[in-house]
Formats: sequence, structure tokens, C-alpha cells
Amino acid sequence: MRLLPMTHREGASGTAPRWRLLPRWLGGARGARPPDDGADPLLVGLTGSGARRADALFKGITLLFAGLVIFLVFGIVGSLLYQSQEAWATLGIGALFGDEWLPGGQPAKFGSLPLVWGTLVTSFIAILIGVPVSIGIAIFLSEMAPPWIRGPVSVIVELLAAIPSVVYGLWGIFFLAPFLYDSVYPRLQANWGWTGLFTGQSTGYSVLTAGILLAIMIIPTVSAISREVFRAVPASQREAAFAIGATKWEVVRKAVIPYGRTGLFGAAILGLARAVGETMAVTMVIGNRNAFFGGLLEPGNTIPSVLANETYEASGVHLSALFALGVILFIVALLINIAARILVKRVLKQAEVAK
Amino acid sequence: MIAADRNYLLRLWKSRVLLGLCVGALLVALVPLLSILWEVFSRGIPVINSDFLFERQIYQFKEGGGVANAILGSVYITGLASLIGIPIGIMAGVYLSEYGHGRFAESVRFFSDVFAEFPSIVIGLFAYVVVVGVMGHFSILAGSVALAVMMVPIVTRTTEESLQLVPNSIREASLALGIPKWRTTLRVTLSTARAGLVTGAMLSFARIFGETAPLIVTIGGSLYFAGSIEDTSSALTYVVWRGATSGIEAAEIRAWGAAALLLIIVLVINIVIRFVTLRRQAKGGAL
Repeated sequence: MRLLPMTHREGASGTAPRWRLLPRWLGGARGARPPDDGADPLLVGLTGSGARRADALFKGITLLFAGLVIFLVFGIVGSLLYQSQEAWATLGIGALFGDEWLPGGQPAKFGSLPLVWGTLVTSFIAILIGVPVSIGIAIFLSEMAPPWIRGPVSVIVELLAAIPSVVYGLWGIFFLAPFLYDSVYPRLQANWGWTGLFTGQSTGYSVLTAGILLAIMIIPTVSAISREVFRAVPASQREAAFAIGATKWEVVRKAVIPYGRTGLFGAAILGLARAVGETMAVTMVIGNRNAFFGGLLEPGNTIPSVLANETYEASGVHLSALFALGVILFIVALLINIAARILVKRVLKQAEVAK
Repeated sequence: MIAADRNYLLRLWKSRVLLGLCVGALLVALVPLLSILWEVFSRGIPVINSDFLFERQIYQFKEGGGVANAILGSVYITGLASLIGIPIGIMAGVYLSEYGHGRFAESVRFFSDVFAEFPSIVIGLFAYVVVVGVMGHFSILAGSVALAVMMVPIVTRTTEESLQLVPNSIREASLALGIPKWRTTLRVTLSTARAGLVTGAMLSFARIFGETAPLIVTIGGSLYFAGSIEDTSSALTYVVWRGATSGIEAAEIRAWGAAALLLIIVLVINIVIRFVTLRRQAKGGAL
């Protein structure tokens, strides 16, 4: 039985959660609601029509601001489309999905595929490294750590989310990239060069460096959601496994993880969404070369990175093509986001039912 | 029996090793955190002195000079963004909490949540179109609009959350006294949830204070002190980016100093938020 609405539980875990999963009409949880103004019989008898008109006015004003939120979302999409129409019209979809991005070339070319490729590969590296680490942290926090250690440790992990991305970039340029170049990449090339992945004349500023930096940046997000998912696994699930003699790891592996699998998948995808949209840190370490890369140690570029580097000075078709890139980025980020929300929500809702 | 024991021991060790790896994962996350803090503070704090903070002569690449114009620029931009973004967010949050049952409210919630996860560079492009495009030049106003737009969904969500924590009995007590709903909301409900609103505002402020990407496409950068919101401007995060990618040592040193300053401010805000929420929890309830 639940005595308190969801919000009380969320409040107890620290600050208010930064994201909400799904609206109610897509299956979101039903929270406690205060009574509606129209449903207050007391008010009708006690206050005059002037007060009621003031109430209606106040409601109208707040409604206006709530509408503004939706308006902003459509305004953002609309402004990107408006500004990019020249590119769609003059270059056409075919040219925008070409395989060369040469804004200064003769003739200039605005093919987005190398940038889409760079965005996908860096984000994929990020979740490949970041997600297992985050799940490990979540297992530690929800299954192993004594209660007094949980609070402080999760606060420290969340500090990673507080660091501005430009500071990650600065650290990436002057510490991470030189470090990887000196002590990690030579070994990767020597031992794993045969895989064909770790080729390229790297200066340290490469696709792999950007992926590793992104992996660090998504850890707080993914580990926080994974922890919530593990917390939603009912105790009976664990107790049943312990009762048949499972070791602690077997409990985690066979009872806890399978139960929350969908939610973990959602957490990973939300991490992917973060990685896809990240701009500053990536643009500072990826080397900014607008071409297809073969090996991970070559420089590359991503959509957000190109937007940050070129929008400032661009004009004409170039500017318009950049906004077309913005549209592509926006659609990709939106789809990833909605998918993640649906998955995480499903598992947390299951847990509510089970309790 | 003995064979079974050996099998069990094997499983036990497997369990220990794999759980040990989970602790290792935690260390993997902590090493970069400590490294970033160490690098930024050890290289940046020695740079911060009174010249760095207050010198009126600003250089882009030469030695000497400081970041005073960037500090002021950051203050103007984030301050103006807060003035625009926080009221919008609070009003939208009031609607969601006090009147929001229907489909419309659900759509607002959904859009504001998806909105909160938009890539920040995309929001910068939006401000570029609606402000830079209309005015014809980069400005503090454009940067503020971009950051304000980023604040709105965060403030909306936290406002709704904290208003929902206000017990209905408090609203009903006020209504029973014959106080109209709008006054109840403004004077009773909002004031009861005050601490939560402040936390939400601080949270959104901490988030935008470290933003760089939307500023790159909106504020234009400048070596002068901005006189009005129509001027181009610099910002702390902008100095870090420009300096770090300049390849010139004097600018890089300034970047480290600006990064240390930035990190101190952001961490202090975050720690204050933690402290406030922990104290509120200790007092019982998240109010």
C-alpha cells in the first residue's frame, strides 16, 4: 500500500528529478492532484462574482504561460525549418545527404553524412564504455553499499553532471588527449591494430578520445536512472533467489538485472540522447575534420560540433545548410528521447503494479 | 557434500570478483572527476588574482589583462535569462499543479520534459533566428533568450513538483476563509512552497551558468565591456572555449583561470542546493 504520492518519494532522494518520464495519456503515473477551482462548493457561496472573474483571469494567465511552453517547442522546430528552407530548396535532400561537407570548396558541398557518421560513432563509443560502468555503479549503490554510504557517493557521482561541458573540453584538450596519445593509443595500436579499428595518424585529438570523454559525461545520467530501475525491483524478487541458495552476484545477475532489463535499456538510450546532443566537449577534442574516418584514432567531426564551429561566421547557403543539420540533429535527438522515456516508464510502472 | 562445498566456494568467489568490478566501476567514474578538479584548480587558481578579476584592459592573445568583461557578461546574460525564464517557468508550473488535469496539461508536461533534453546548440540556433536574425547582429539579448528558453522546462517541472507537495488542507483552509483561489495560490500555496521554488530556480541557474554552445552562436564575443543588452559580449564559458582552442599560451592560461572560476561558482551553487534539500528533509517532509 502506498501512503504517499510518488512525489514524496522523489523528493526524498535529493533534488527534484530532472526529467519526467511520460505524460499520463502515454501511460504515465497518476499523482495526487489538488481540487479544481470549479469543484469548490465553499467558494461559490462565499465569494462574489468579481472574485470569480479574477480567478478565471488568473487561470487564463497561467494557461497562457503553459501554452507558451508548447509554443516554444514548435517555435524551435519552426525556426530551424524556416532558416533551412533555402538549403532544402536549392541543394535538395540528395545533396544534403551527400558524403562530403566542404563549405569552402569550389563548388561548396554540404553533404551531412560524414558528420552523421561521426555523431553516431562517438555516441556509440560513449554508451559502449559508459553504460557498463554506470550499471556497475548502480549495482554498487543499490545492492551492495550500506545505506550511510549511498547518499554521499551518489552526490559525488552527480557532481560529474554539474561540471560544465566546456570544462570537460578544456580537460580533454590538455590532459585526456595527451594522456591517451602518450600511454594508451600506442598500446592499442600494437596489441589491437589487427582489428582495423585503431588505425590513423592520431595526434590524440580523435574520434575515440571524443567517445571516451562522452562516456565520462553520460555516467551520472545513466547511473542515476539505473539506480532507480534497480530500486524499483521488488525485494521479493531478491529474496526468492537468495532462498534457493544464490550468491549475491547470482541474485543481481539472474533476478535483479532481468527484471529491470527494459529500464536499463532505456537508461542507455537516454545516455545516447545526451551524447548525441553534446557539443562543446566533443568539438574541442575530436580534431574537427569534416570527412569520413576509417580508424577510430583519426580526427572526425559531429553535427553539433560543426554547428558550433561554423554557424558564427556562416552566411547564405552555408548558413541555411547548417540549419538543415540542426533539423537532422533535432529529429534524431527527439526520437531517441521518446524511445528512452517509453522504455524506462514501462519498467517503473511494472514495479508499481508488483508492489 | 565436500564437492558441493567446492562448487559453492567457486560461485562465491565469482560473486566476489564480479561485485568487486562494480566497486571498480565506481572508481573509474571517480578518477576523471578528481583529475578534472585537480587539473582545473591547480592550473587555474594561481591565475586568479585582482588583475585577472578587475583589470579593465582586455586582451585576446597578449599576456596580461583579465576576464572582467567576461565575468560581467556572464552576470548580465544569466541574470537577464533568469528574469525572462524563471517567471515563465513558475507560471507554467502553477498552471500544471493547480489547474492541470486535462489533455492539454499532459501535453505541456510531455513537451516540457522532451524540451528539457533538447541539445543546447539547437536552442542556440533558435535564438540565432529569432533574435540575431531580427536584430541583424549578435547581442547579450540573444544569449539571454537562448538560456532563458533552456531554463523554462526545468523551472516548470520543479515548480509543479514543489507545489504538489503543499498539502491540500492548507489550500482548503485558505479557501474556507473566503480567500479567492488566485490569492490563495499566490499568497498561500506559492509561499508555502517557497523553498522548493528557490531550489528549482537555483538548479536551472546552475545549469545555464556553465552553458557554452548556445552562447557561441548568439553573443558574438567581445574584448570590451558591454554597455547595453544590444551589445555583443563575452562570457566566462566563452573565454574558456576561445582560450583553450587558440593555441596561444597567454590565452590558454586565461582559459584555465576562467574555468577555475566557473567551476567554483557552479560547484558552490550545487552544494548549496544539496545542503538546502538535505536540511529540508531533516526537518521532515520535502517542504
